[in-house]
Amino acid sequence: MSSAPAGTTEAEDTTREATAERPAGAPSGAVVALEHVTKRYGPPGTPPAVDDLSLTIGAGEICVLVGPSGCGKTTTMKMINRLIEPTSGRITIAGEDVEALPAVELRRRIGYVIQQVGLFPHMTVADNVAVVPRLLRWPDSRIRERVAELLDLVGLDHASYAGRYPAALSGGERQRIGVARALAADPPVMLMDEPFGAVDPIRRERLQNEFLRLQEKVRKTVVFVTHDVDEAIKMADRIAILQRGGVLAQYDTPDTILANPASDFVEHFVGADRGLKRLSLGRVRDLPLAQPVIVRPGDTRADARRRMADDSTGYALLVDGADAPLGWIDERDLTGDGPVDTESARPGAPTVQLETTLRDALSAMLLSSVQLGVVVDERDRAIGVVRVDDISDALRDPGGAAPSGQ
Amino acid sequence: MRAGQPFFRFEWLVDNADQIARRVGEQLYITLIAIVVGFLISFALALLVRRYPRLAAPFLGVAGILYAIPSIAAFVLLIPITHLTLVTAEIVLVSYTLVVLVRNMIAGFRAVPADVLEAADAMGYTNGQRLWRVELPIATPIIVAGVRIATVTTMGLVTIASLIGHGGLGYLIVNIGILRVFPTATITGVVLVVALSALLDFGLALLQRRLTPWSTARAA
Repeated sequence: MSSAPAGTTEAEDTTREATAERPAGAPSGAVVALEHVTKRYGPPGTPPAVDDLSLTIGAGEICVLVGPSGCGKTTTMKMINRLIEPTSGRITIAGEDVEALPAVELRRRIGYVIQQVGLFPHMTVADNVAVVPRLLRWPDSRIRERVAELLDLVGLDHASYAGRYPAALSGGERQRIGVARALAADPPVMLMDEPFGAVDPIRRERLQNEFLRLQEKVRKTVVFVTHDVDEAIKMADRIAILQRGGVLAQYDTPDTILANPASDFVEHFVGADRGLKRLSLGRVRDLPLAQPVIVRPGDTRADARRRMADDSTGYALLVDGADAPLGWIDERDLTGDGPVDTESARPGAPTVQLETTLRDALSAMLLSSVQLGVVVDERDRAIGVVRVDDISDALRDPGGAAPSGQ
Repeated sequence: MRAGQPFFRFEWLVDNADQIARRVGEQLYITLIAIVVGFLISFALALLVRRYPRLAAPFLGVAGILYAIPSIAAFVLLIPITHLTLVTAEIVLVSYTLVVLVRNMIAGFRAVPADVLEAADAMGYTNGQRLWRVELPIATPIIVAGVRIATVTTMGLVTIASLIGHGGLGYLIVNIGILRVFPTATITGVVLVVALSALLDFGLALLQRRLTPWSTARAA
């Protein structure tokens, strides 16, 4: 990402791959190192679930463990907080052996998010988030402040959510509470086991974006398990591809893995569409953001026509009072007098966010009648549009969107 | 019933108010002891099953066999050992509570979702904290449902213990009403047993709602 696209400040445009060397905005995460870790569930001689795995995860990085089922990725993750004890080898966090502390104390210092979330059904949202601070015996006033801060951080209104029980939440809301709970005691390390696996693809994309935005603020060392290569490419600073029996097949940046798979296994695992997958490395924020003609209910047709005069797309974007996109209005529906006919708007303008991968954005645009993507911010306000052509331009431009590994 | 007597004599109620009140108290007292002792034994057994899941089948098997012994026989069989004491009555009553209490407690612990247990461990709860702060609260609705059934069943069984002189309202139903052929006492006893059972059941249902506000919480 050499060229900073218009509309993003330098702070927002932090290249995540560079986090390890960046002194400014120092990560609060800690280095996690696995040294020759082996886990055997049976007696000696049985095939190991994880075999002599060595891996160093930089402070503040997202390391995605990915591989087919039975590759030991979840086992590997669970050995870090000792939900599973390794058979041999050593794991350190910030240089300190995880065996040095009692397991419960170690776990209170490591955030944990799982697919089914595992919220405590008998506790309110506030009590769920407060679990680890309470175990650490924080004073009540500090816990209250922290809960409010965290709900705000994951984008949920404190007043309306704090007192609810998990049964009254949607899947996406539960997942966000799960993330807030994991972050409660500000742990340097977060473990996430298929955290967005149980939500539908659209909400999943949003949660991924939200988490990436959050990670830019908190800079934890994240160990993220998934079986989905696309998710790995999107979320990872580095990907560890494991193959059956817990053998490390390749550990590198997403771009290098896509460009230079280390083995036939890796090449086969990431799929034949490696070229297309590299689209997942670019983000909407890497594209030039065009400003569409905005029309609001109540605007006159004459006014809209005048403003569309020097617009080449042929469409105006209809937004509601809160700037949320409602649909596209065809130039041809703007003849005559009177207010804009909101009924004529073509619904289903695909919305994308700055963090959406170019692959997902392209896919959304190709499926819609108007091949323009409306870029919205985290509050669903339209902030610009991107075109399919922008994506192909970005691909042709070597200095552009798809960041090159070398 | 002597000829010419009305079937139900209200004045008997008034004349015997003291005795009726005493029998109500006795009925509640005997039931309460049986439920509390049965609860504690079942809880201990359920904790063992939580630790060693394989014990579930033998525990439930034994509780089921105890339940299958006819209650009258059980009272009589114990007389040579514990005589005509309250202990004899309670041994039988407690044994009968086990089948439902043990089963519901085990079911209650099993109802805690695996992901919740995993999250609890990963948050850094100790084993004891996980039991008291996570598993028991979540198991509460099922445990209380068991206590409700056990209470109503025990209320009925207590009256049979009148055979060995510790029958609570059973004294009115059997000793006065049936043995002396005086329907007024039987009817009074039965009505009171049913009313008290309903009252206790209702009270426990309310208690459960108070203890588990989350179980009725749905989308606001």
